[in-house]
Amino acid sequence: MKRLFPLTLLVVAAMFVYAPFAILGAPQESTMGLVQKIFYFHVPSWMAMFLAVGICGVSSAVYLFNRNRSADRLAAAAAELGVVFGLIGLVTGPLWARKAWGVWWQWDARLTSTLVLWLIFQAYLVLRRYGGPGSDRLAAGVAVFGMANVPFVYWSVNMWRTIHPTTSVVPTLLPGMRGPFWFCATAFVLLFALLLAARTRLETRRAELEDLYLALDE
Amino acid sequence: MTRRLLGTTRRVLIACAAAVLLFVAAPVRAQAPQQPTAAQQGFVPVENLPQQEHMPAAPLVGAAYAFAWVLILLYLWSIWRRLNTVEREMQAVSRRVAEERRP
Amino acid sequence: MRFLRALWLVTHKDLLIEARSREILYTTLLFAAACVLVFAFGFVREGQPLGDAAAGILWIAIAFSGTLALGRAFDRERQSETLRALMMAPIERPALYLGKLLGILILMAVVEVVIVPLVALLFQAPLFRRPALLVGLLAAGTIGFAAVGTLFAAMLVRARSRDVLLPVLLYPITIPVIIAGVRGTAALLQVEIDEPMARAWLAMLGLFDVVFITLALWTFEPVMTE
Repeated sequence: MKRLFPLTLLVVAAMFVYAPFAILGAPQESTMGLVQKIFYFHVPSWMAMFLAVGICGVSSAVYLFNRNRSADRLAAAAAELGVVFGLIGLVTGPLWARKAWGVWWQWDARLTSTLVLWLIFQAYLVLRRYGGPGSDRLAAGVAVFGMANVPFVYWSVNMWRTIHPTTSVVPTLLPGMRGPFWFCATAFVLLFALLLAARTRLETRRAELEDLYLALDE
Repeated sequence: MTRRLLGTTRRVLIACAAAVLLFVAAPVRAQAPQQPTAAQQGFVPVENLPQQEHMPAAPLVGAAYAFAWVLILLYLWSIWRRLNTVEREMQAVSRRVAEERRP
Repeated sequence: MRFLRALWLVTHKDLLIEARSREILYTTLLFAAACVLVFAFGFVREGQPLGDAAAGILWIAIAFSGTLALGRAFDRERQSETLRALMMAPIERPALYLGKLLGILILMAVVEVVIVPLVALLFQAPLFRRPALLVGLLAAGTIGFAAVGTLFAAMLVRARSRDVLLPVLLYPITIPVIIAGVRGTAALLQVEIDEPMARAWLAMLGLFDVVFITLALWTFEPVMTE
């Protein structure tokens, strides 16, 4: 694992250096033009966010029922990453919308439900940070509820607002766009894995420090 | 042991930061030919511009890229800083544990 | 049978305490009325409420006053560590959770009995043309909101800054309930009642209730055990 880390880091760095050239090389979209290029890392950042939400929810459930502390550390790391990648998506989305739809924010199904999800995981972090002792288990409960909430939020926001412009662009991408898109998606997922490993390590070291303090007290 | 670990982590993270810096710089270079140079040399009639240039897209794309990279960079830096704090504290505590065991 | 008895004992205890002081009921009712009044200044123009304002105001008042009631109900349990005593009692955890939930539901139902006619009256909203559907929406929505709220309020009893954390955690999770409640009620308010729409939202609320009560029963034990 420790050997793999620098290697993956190099690969990710190389991929991110090459990414802008791949994106610029992709064909221009006919109606949206240049601004559509935001797509190449807007969508991958959502992918990373949903990956984070899934990991956080599942490992929180594992923590709740098995009392596995390393699952809790993984969940905490994933939640923070979910918020970071979600923020990338939430900021790049309106920048794209400004040009494509003419407004900064559209109460569109995807945008809104992701904002709700982002808020839930923001709340998870706030609870961990300010909840005091024992809040890790409470936060795990929130994460499980948050994950179960995803289909409800999506369905209800979708029914509330049915103007979503693109339901499934990814499978119908032009061949010239498909390559750069999957390249960027892979780069983001690798970056996500890398950050997750680093962040989990931080959490593990913190737990070790806590144990050391306890040993000192005795 | 901890010092070695600290050293590796620091080196890895510095490498990380350097890599991120590299790809922050890359889009700037890549974006440069995209900037409408004609607009800088003088006024250009709107009719001469392609349809999608009525509202410049390049600054939006650039801002989106810059934001993503700056955020990832900041996040990396914050992980690095927090790891360093924990490691430093850990060294201090383990020294105290060792001192208490000696007599 | 034992389970139901334990459930009812928990609810009965809460209702008895509330019946003696009526503190939560009065404060929650007044708060809900104040909410309706405040929103009226935002959503009434030239004497006429905007679009579906009545439905929105009704559900926001329910959500806000519900949060207040939840916070107060569990604050009461905290003051003399009675929640800990309840947790030590030889009753099943699901019975404890459902008992607390039932108590909150009865309280919120009483508040709604006052708030719904008040909104109908103040905003000239024809809410009662399909009473069964309205009651269904209100019941399903309140159950969904309180099911999540009871679990969160219970687990936050031991946490710091719980007063702020409860709405911060509760509102994002219950957004489907708010949307379904508001849109379902708005469908009932239209000149031509959109019954299929109201039914669709009611079905979603029912599904939400089933999923989240199951989840709450499932997570109550591990979350509450110290």
